[in-house]
Amino acid sequence: MPKDHGIGASPKRREDVRFLTGAGNYTDDINVHGQAYVHFLRSDVAHGTIKAIDTSAAESMPGVVKIFTGADFEGVGGLPCGWQVTDKHGEPMKEPAHPVLCQGKVRHVGDPIAAVVADSLEEARTAAEAIDVDIEELPAVVDMGAALESGATKVHDDLDDNLCYDWQFGTDTETTDAAFAKAAHVTTLELVNNRLVANPMEPRVAVGDYSRANDEHTLYTTSQNPHVIRLLMGAFVLGIPEHKLRVVAPDVGGGFGTKIFHYAEEAFCTFAAKACNRPVKWTSTRSEAFMSDAHGRDHVTKIELALDADNNFIGVRTDTKANMGAYLSTFSSSVPTWLHGTLMAGNYKTPAVQVNVKAVFTNTVPVDAYRGAGRPEATFQLERVIDKAARELGVDPIALRRQNFITQFPYATPVAVEYDTGDYEATMAKMEELMDIPGFAARRAESEKNGMLRGLGVNCFIEACGIAPSNLVGQLGARAGLYDAATVRVNATGSISVMVGAHSHGQGHETVFPQVVAEMLGIDESMIDIVHGDTSKIPFGMGTYGSRSLAVCGSAMVRATEKIINKAKKIAGHLLEASDSDIELKDGQFTVAGTDKSVAWGDVTLAAYVPHNYPLEDIEPGLEETAFYDPANFTYPAGAYACEVEVDPDTGKVTIEKFVSADDFGNVVNPMIVEGQVHGGIAQGIGQALLENCAYDENGQLLSASYMDYAMPRADDLPHMADYVVDHSCQTPCTHNPLGVKGCGEAGAIGSPPTVVNAVIDALHSGGHTHVSHIDMPVTPSRVWAAINGQ
Amino acid sequence: MTKVTMTVNGKSVSGEVKGNTLLSDFLREDLRLTGTHVGCDTSQCGACVVHVNGEAVKSCTMFAAEADGAEVGTIEGQSNEDGSLNVIQQAFQDHHGLQCGFCTPGMVMSAAALLKDNPKPSEAEIRDYLEGNICRCTGYHNIVKAIMAASGQDVPAVAAE
Repeated sequence: MPKDHGIGASPKRREDVRFLTGAGNYTDDINVHGQAYVHFLRSDVAHGTIKAIDTSAAESMPGVVKIFTGADFEGVGGLPCGWQVTDKHGEPMKEPAHPVLCQGKVRHVGDPIAAVVADSLEEARTAAEAIDVDIEELPAVVDMGAALESGATKVHDDLDDNLCYDWQFGTDTETTDAAFAKAAHVTTLELVNNRLVANPMEPRVAVGDYSRANDEHTLYTTSQNPHVIRLLMGAFVLGIPEHKLRVVAPDVGGGFGTKIFHYAEEAFCTFAAKACNRPVKWTSTRSEAFMSDAHGRDHVTKIELALDADNNFIGVRTDTKANMGAYLSTFSSSVPTWLHGTLMAGNYKTPAVQVNVKAVFTNTVPVDAYRGAGRPEATFQLERVIDKAARELGVDPIALRRQNFITQFPYATPVAVEYDTGDYEATMAKMEELMDIPGFAARRAESEKNGMLRGLGVNCFIEACGIAPSNLVGQLGARAGLYDAATVRVNATGSISVMVGAHSHGQGHETVFPQVVAEMLGIDESMIDIVHGDTSKIPFGMGTYGSRSLAVCGSAMVRATEKIINKAKKIAGHLLEASDSDIELKDGQFTVAGTDKSVAWGDVTLAAYVPHNYPLEDIEPGLEETAFYDPANFTYPAGAYACEVEVDPDTGKVTIEKFVSADDFGNVVNPMIVEGQVHGGIAQGIGQALLENCAYDENGQLLSASYMDYAMPRADDLPHMADYVVDHSCQTPCTHNPLGVKGCGEAGAIGSPPTVVNAVIDALHSGGHTHVSHIDMPVTPSRVWAAINGQ
Repeated sequence: MTKVTMTVNGKSVSGEVKGNTLLSDFLREDLRLTGTHVGCDTSQCGACVVHVNGEAVKSCTMFAAEADGAEVGTIEGQSNEDGSLNVIQQAFQDHHGLQCGFCTPGMVMSAAALLKDNPKPSEAEIRDYLEGNICRCTGYHNIVKAIMAASGQDVPAVAAE
């Protein structure tokens, strides 16, 4: 019988009622009295020198409050990058200035040149059309290979070239070369991890407000981490101390990474609200989102896998070019390095793993973390090259993976991380069972009868989640700690508000977090509310990304609740005239062990606030505790995925016929929500594999800047219910956090792309198209058709 | 400016609008019915779907003036009279058919329009009908389940087929 409450239960989500009735409070729903509206005039060329900006005609247009250009921000800091990567020569990465509004040059289509603040949005837009910008267009640097050529046009004139850093990591070159020298077989694969746009359905919005009365700034923004925005914008951009800056992220309509970062529009609205002495609101259009939200992925990689004569993996070597775009977004530099290189061992006991990454500036929108962030790129390379090796060697791809699995834990990889626990055989076996692998041959025969090719693709993956141990990431260049915080405030009548640093923008924290506290205290979940998304209400928090909410912030909440229990037991001991060490808490009752003497939760909480009979000489009144939790290690969710596709050999169209995921997330607090997270991640992964592509032309024009051109997955692109199973029954609990949880938000997006591509290649080989060893994502009908026809 | 009068969620409302004021803007800004969301500018995403004279309409693609005299239904008017969730809304909650909630109003309004015309849609019909509603969170799986359940179909039985 499944539990109906507490840890392991799937109560209905409490946030749903407001979302289902139109009562949500998203940032664009917020209007501040007297607000003006801003429209950004954005560059329509990818690269150019700004010769002159004439705003005079626009300034006198109806409704215009003030027009800003880069000159207004000369005394203001640029947008900072939060992670300093050191290259293989010991040099710091190149970190060019990233002004709030362009200064001197435009560097990508969408770069904001000027901002018009007006009484209405329409007036702001109209006035922006009257701004005369004289731009001398320069050649655009779009392709990463061309960007690195000697003499290439420079994105940043003050740098020597377009190389941000040249990073090497893992096993040293001599050892790696030796592994390859003694290999019986080496498989090499060159591939592209396609550029994506995260596309949360809610576009970004910022509303800046300023109070002259007390010199206080408020920013309402669509953020996954309001405290991080307060820190970055306050300390590095605008010079506003934390106590004078409140950042509120109310209901946020999805993030997927792209709402982690500090954006120019946030700084602008905060700055302009003071400069105009009026609240200033910006609402992104979807077209603007495509050219101003940080993009994701965009790696070009050559990977080599060395195997010995017994098909044991003995070496992995990668050479990746990673697109940074025109500027370094907040966490951009960490994605191709520490979030990617550290995962290149995968689930396998390969003794030598060397990762090389060149990060490159181009005249494109900045690239940063998108669901999975570095880990999908690592998984895609490794799992594609393993599949190719299996085909070259004529061995079963499942058996080849299984033979090379890490089986002993903890396991220190050659790429700096130590997996605390896992059972890759268990998820593989579960996947095989759910997929009905023995039945594949019959299903393939059935497809072939209908003139279709059927392929089976499998994939294993590992993630590093629960981001992250501060001392470790500090050594790796992070400029922040990655702990989290929670305050448990118990009220006099026993109800509880839990202020958490994690932000919920679809993950269901408001439902899940109370399940944990309720379980610990033995009280009803309805007595507990979660407060998040407002720096004025929450002690601190590093926010939500990297599948960290429950593993890190949830752990802080557990620690704070443990402090509550300890204090409450002292109070109960006093009331019961017993030692607090003899007090047991069960089902909301404090009982003296071995007796029937007890007091209820509410009696103790009331005593804490009405301390008439209370150990005032030993403890303070009140019942509120805060904990900061810094994880001892990353968590390492892992899984085995499989899918079957049908390929129409006449058109190249790929259809997913069956999909199975077997994940190990450690302990699961709310199975319903975990499954929902996996569904969403898999849809994004299938989107990457089959549909989505952010495309630029050779002049740096963004070709995919609307939903007419960027193929978002629709309901009919995804597998039907009867052919789709997400499983999380294999559970090896995390060994170092109190809940034993690992995080589930990114798994689907990491595990699914190689699964799909492996299945397509398998289908083509079954049809005799054995010359096709790889097709880059998205695996569109035209690409498949071209591959089949040798074009 | 033009005066428009329409019935929104059963109540008569009027307002002064410009010729280019979108119905979505009129609902959100003039009537402060902010449950109708705007997620794109090309009439693709469906977050803004409302009912106009009983038909599903993308309110970002209709002028407010065009809705003069119309019966308009928005997400705010979908609950039962006692304030409880209606059958579709309840099915979305029961089947975890929403995460961030941003596309949800449009999904619920589209689902209602579908079920009005096709009370027992097949899974394929539901997926096809949702072509004009994009969700980035759920992968649609639980949305499809919710709509099947709201139509009185046995979801576990369909999934097991």
